[in-house]
Amino acid sequence: MSGHSNYEFKNPVVNWLDTRLPIFSLMKGQAMDFPSPKNLNYWWTFGGILATMLVVQLISGIVLAMHYTPHTSMAFDSVEHIMRDVNYGWLIRYMHANGASMFFVAVYIHIFRGLYYGSYKEPREVLWMLGVFIFIVMMATAFMGYVLPWGQMSFWGAKVITNLFSAVPYVGDYIVTLLWGGFSVDNPTLNRFFSLHYLLPFVLAALVFLHIWALHVPGNGNPTGVEVKSGADTIPFHPYYTMKDLFAIVVFLMVMAAFLFFAPNYMGHADNYIPANPLVTPAHIVPEWYFLPFYAILRSIPDKLFGVIAMFSSLLILLVLPWLDSSRVRSGKYRPIFKQLFWVFVLDCLVLGVVGGNPAEGHWLIIGRIATAYYFLHFIILLPLIGLLERPKPLPASISEDVLADSDTKNS
Amino acid sequence: MSTDHEVEGTRRDFLYIATSAVGAVGVAAAAWPFIDQMNPDATVRALSSVEVDTGPIEEGQSIIIKWRGNPVILRHRTAKEIEESKAVTMADLPDPDARNANAPDGADASDINRVVDGKEKMLVMIGVCTHLGCVPIGDAGEFDGWFCPCHGSHYDTAGRIRKGPAPENLPVPPYKYIDDSKIVIG
Repeated sequence: MSGHSNYEFKNPVVNWLDTRLPIFSLMKGQAMDFPSPKNLNYWWTFGGILATMLVVQLISGIVLAMHYTPHTSMAFDSVEHIMRDVNYGWLIRYMHANGASMFFVAVYIHIFRGLYYGSYKEPREVLWMLGVFIFIVMMATAFMGYVLPWGQMSFWGAKVITNLFSAVPYVGDYIVTLLWGGFSVDNPTLNRFFSLHYLLPFVLAALVFLHIWALHVPGNGNPTGVEVKSGADTIPFHPYYTMKDLFAIVVFLMVMAAFLFFAPNYMGHADNYIPANPLVTPAHIVPEWYFLPFYAILRSIPDKLFGVIAMFSSLLILLVLPWLDSSRVRSGKYRPIFKQLFWVFVLDCLVLGVVGGNPAEGHWLIIGRIATAYYFLHFIILLPLIGLLERPKPLPASISEDVLADSDTKNS
Repeated sequence: MSTDHEVEGTRRDFLYIATSAVGAVGVAAAAWPFIDQMNPDATVRALSSVEVDTGPIEEGQSIIIKWRGNPVILRHRTAKEIEESKAVTMADLPDPDARNANAPDGADASDINRVVDGKEKMLVMIGVCTHLGCVPIGDAGEFDGWFCPCHGSHYDTAGRIRKGPAPENLPVPPYKYIDDSKIVIG
């Protein structure tokens, strides 16, 4: 990021600026010529998709804030005003609401990509941990955004989630009062959530910058998990991956458009079109779909404090994942036992999601408890253990060798 | 001298520590207004008392009023409900504390400690589930009291937690009778 540039630009104005602020050199070095492994598959395009989604959310959100009123007596009506009166307001609001869901679709695929290909392993631990922080800030942002329309789900979601902090021993109630700015979720809460919902995306942008910086130190991982050994293993980022990413982004946005135009409320809750009523809780309150697995973990523990601890642990355990996985083989492709357990883990997370969406009674409670236990078992017992027990398949000598071997088998 | 300051630190070390300490106190003092501004403001605190007439509430009927932004349940209990509540032994209660702002500290959660003596029929409590803050539904649950739909906590006819994830009994707010039927909450 610093030091003198080796680039000479033909345009004298560009050259003049670049010798004073090497912004063109930076772009050329990091976004165009950047040597990238030549075997990246489509699972690697989700980083670019996520960056796009952040921009979509920022632009649609800034526009919505121009028409929205953060007050308990006006918030709900101002959202309806956006939907009915503001020119293209319906489009921009549905884009923002469905954009949040699609953002999470992309981030979950991105995280599972990292889990399968061992992207968290040395030397990319800090890159991975920054990703976990991004995920947590994303969740906080999405949660506060969902409160703003001030419907029934907004209100009761806010109440339940802020009440999680009341589980903290001794000071819990003081923390909750501090978060609310009152004795219940009310106007001060709505005001501060609006303020923070506007702030956090910029914090996200800063974290994404660090994430990309940490990525550009060791460079991309790749499906073989074998590090780049020579120039023959790489291709420049532009045009190869700019085009590949762009294609994936377009396809992804088509999926989003399908929701936006044909099922804009599919991922929301009908109850949120009822104005918030602090005296009546809806019969069945559930968070947005992207929080369901964590909600299931919370509810599967019969004790309040330990339920909250389990829920936060399920997120924070990702921070120490680089040190839990004992295998030195990076990619799941060459780890026969890990590969199967990875898919069991994916299934476990999906089961948790289904459990989180159903009432915590009867067999759902039992399934939820087993799935919660397995979630932690995967990280704490299985990952350290299978690294020691399994015999990995032989790794290719280099990325090039792997790519050529693949094309040989296809041609023969 | 040279051995002395290796063990005890030099005057420069003292200056570093003293400067950092003063700096830390300064930062904390400057941070406090920015934290405390989030606490309830004067207008929120001013709304902290409300008067209700319990006279019109029929036996077996509940009303919900709003106090400090939270629902307060007022229930005119039937004789059967009071009997059920009195029959419960302390050992059956997950939370043996009265959770009554009007009772002395450490009072047990017996039926009488949940209400005002002589006005046992009227149960007044904050209708906020002690688990994660939903409003429990009345005349429901396995103990004929309240049931929280969010995460399945069951409360009995004195609003005491009996089953489910909630850790505490529904709290009784500070209130007193100003005449035979009117109460002031807060």
